[in-house]
Amino acid sequence: MKHKSFFWFVLPSVILMLLFIALPIVSVVTQSLHTQHEQVIITVENCGPFGCTQAQSVDQEATQALRDAEPLGRFAGLEVYKDRNHLAVSDVASAWQNSNSYREFWNTLMNLPFYLALAFTLTYTAIVTPMTIILGFVVAIAINSVARSMRGPTIFFSLLPMIVTPLVGALILFWMVDARGILGTALQWLADDPSLSVKASTPLMWIMLMVYGTWSSIPFAFIVYYAGLQTVNQDTLEAAMIDGASRWERIRYVIIPHLAPLTTFIALIQLMDNFRVFEPIISFQAQAHARSLSIAIFTDLGGETRLLSSAAATSVLTIVFVAILLSPVLVRTWRDFGTKN
Amino acid sequence: MNMLKTALLGTAIAAVAGTTAMAGGHGCAIDSGRISIIGNEFPAIQSVAALALECAAGAETASNLTADHQTLNVAGMTGNPAEYTSAIVANSSIVALINEDVIQPLDALVAEYGADIPPQQLITVDGKIMAVAFMANAQHLVYRKDVLEQAGLDVPTSYEEVLAAAEKIRADGIMENPVGGAYAAGWNLAQEFTNMYIGTGGQFFEPGTANVTINNAQGVQALEMMKALTEYMNPDYLTHDSNATSAEWEAGNVALMNMWGSRTGVLMDAEGSAPEVYENTVVGGPLTVGDSGTPATTLWWDGWTVAKNISDEDAATTFQALAHATSPALLNDETMSQAVWLMDGFEAQPVNEGVLASVAAGSTPYPMVPFQGLLHSALGDNIADFLQGAESAEQTLADIEAAYTAAATEQGFLQ
Repeated sequence: MKHKSFFWFVLPSVILMLLFIALPIVSVVTQSLHTQHEQVIITVENCGPFGCTQAQSVDQEATQALRDAEPLGRFAGLEVYKDRNHLAVSDVASAWQNSNSYREFWNTLMNLPFYLALAFTLTYTAIVTPMTIILGFVVAIAINSVARSMRGPTIFFSLLPMIVTPLVGALILFWMVDARGILGTALQWLADDPSLSVKASTPLMWIMLMVYGTWSSIPFAFIVYYAGLQTVNQDTLEAAMIDGASRWERIRYVIIPHLAPLTTFIALIQLMDNFRVFEPIISFQAQAHARSLSIAIFTDLGGETRLLSSAAATSVLTIVFVAILLSPVLVRTWRDFGTKN
Repeated sequence: MNMLKTALLGTAIAAVAGTTAMAGGHGCAIDSGRISIIGNEFPAIQSVAALALECAAGAETASNLTADHQTLNVAGMTGNPAEYTSAIVANSSIVALINEDVIQPLDALVAEYGADIPPQQLITVDGKIMAVAFMANAQHLVYRKDVLEQAGLDVPTSYEEVLAAAEKIRADGIMENPVGGAYAAGWNLAQEFTNMYIGTGGQFFEPGTANVTINNAQGVQALEMMKALTEYMNPDYLTHDSNATSAEWEAGNVALMNMWGSRTGVLMDAEGSAPEVYENTVVGGPLTVGDSGTPATTLWWDGWTVAKNISDEDAATTFQALAHATSPALLNDETMSQAVWLMDGFEAQPVNEGVLASVAAGSTPYPMVPFQGLLHSALGDNIADFLQGAESAEQTLADIEAAYTAAATEQGFLQ
């Protein structure tokens, strides 16, 4: 393609990317470097149906003057990133110096909200991504060997977890694992412990969130692999059969290498998706047991006082971590691209 | 004949009075300007908004009543002209609107159109009227009369008595988890701590400053009482918000709980539960903890505000319509039991007794300070760690203070 036609071809998407992706990121980064103005607090008398009380209030006129002088807020540099609700630099440093063992240091680290959220987010990503890829592949292989007449309905049922709205799917599971639900009661019977409750136990809650995460994203991996399976060279497969390769050997040496580029693609998308885990925690009401980075942003913005700078800083940190996580996959893609040229 | 005449006269007077009332109802008919209301969603607010919009039927009207109102109202009132001309708020949520300076003082409007509004409905901050309250709310004890009788217990008045009663009910095999409560991690759990901490006589902040002071004996006492109560709750209590707790009640699994006055009407009606549950559901007064004498509950009002960034005409329209909607014209058989209304002419119903008892017992209003919301968020994020036994009460309180301090520094309340 000529450079000129290439330019005109990609121009609309470049404009859209700048407008809807690059600009918001610039705005979030700017926001995260600023904090609210110093609030001018005065003591006033508040009266209402329950009588009068002395309370603090913001002096609007004085604060407005500060706001007009610097509309973006106070420039704080990396202060918000370094405070206790984010990277907690000073807390981590003092814990490192004062801890007698790695275990003690780890416990202090896990008591800091950002690192706890990061620990859950990383565990979730590290478990759900490979599980999705493996199980999606197994489902694709299984359905590919089902009789042709039965494939339509089987594919439809396998896609159901993706068709069901995520919130609805999660709520169904939420009620099933309730202490009085069918799965919850079954677990109590299996464990022989009538007081067992998934919703009350942090480890079980983590497992349930990961099971749900895997269940809801298997169809994505499955459908990509299934499409890939239709392009496997039948001659190669037949040649392998004539050479006496077992079914397992055919999968291992013919199909898996053929599907490798698709695996990179699925891993890329799933890493990004899983790192931003959000809906399951909301619909399982699991905030007491598991907090992810997205949940931290959500609670910052959902309180009575919105913490815009705090939410912006967590967003920027999320982007940085996604970039770090994706870098091996991106480097690999780049290398593949290079060798083909 | 004379009697008939008198009767006819009576009817005539009633008819005239009726017409006057009708005229009163339409007397507010406003046919210019704009009114757009944002507020929470429950029956009392729905009634107020419906009457306000009906009153301003000739003007441009809109309303957005949703549980997510807090995340929308500041953004919707910041523009010029503001999308919402009025936000219906409570004593906690008005603070965010005052902090962001998006609502206007109502003194001039009250002088011009609001001469009838009784002074107890006016919310003043630093001498300026910022809102008009229309209802009161509080959390208080709700109990099952039959269960307490079966176990031979008196109605508890303190949390210590609730614990003793719960132990007896469990020991008698009547219920396994007789205590209920909205302990869902987040806002609800923070609210329960706020109640309990006020009940122990604790102070949230150093007087006159934004420095938090909850890591003390009262804070530990409040947390330990909450943990003791959770021993008698459904093990899933950290996922139970007010709705789920009400559902547990209606299912007949709970005999004692601290619940919002505005939600007790649903528990006492014939819908959603068996007769033995709703017929035996009775509201009590506020509970105490320890010997401070202050009830472990907070008083709340709901009221309406007028946006700052709107034209004078829209402000007048909004004010008149809402003033009418929160006047005695609102009260009828249907709306009377929806809330503890603050306007004249309100007659208390049995469901309202808990809130009225809380007011009479001298309960503390929920603190109306600009940084209370930040502390509330920090409480909601951290208390679950203690209730689950992951750390000590002192560690949890220290974590809450640290989380609050970081947030308050970012917001400019602390240096």
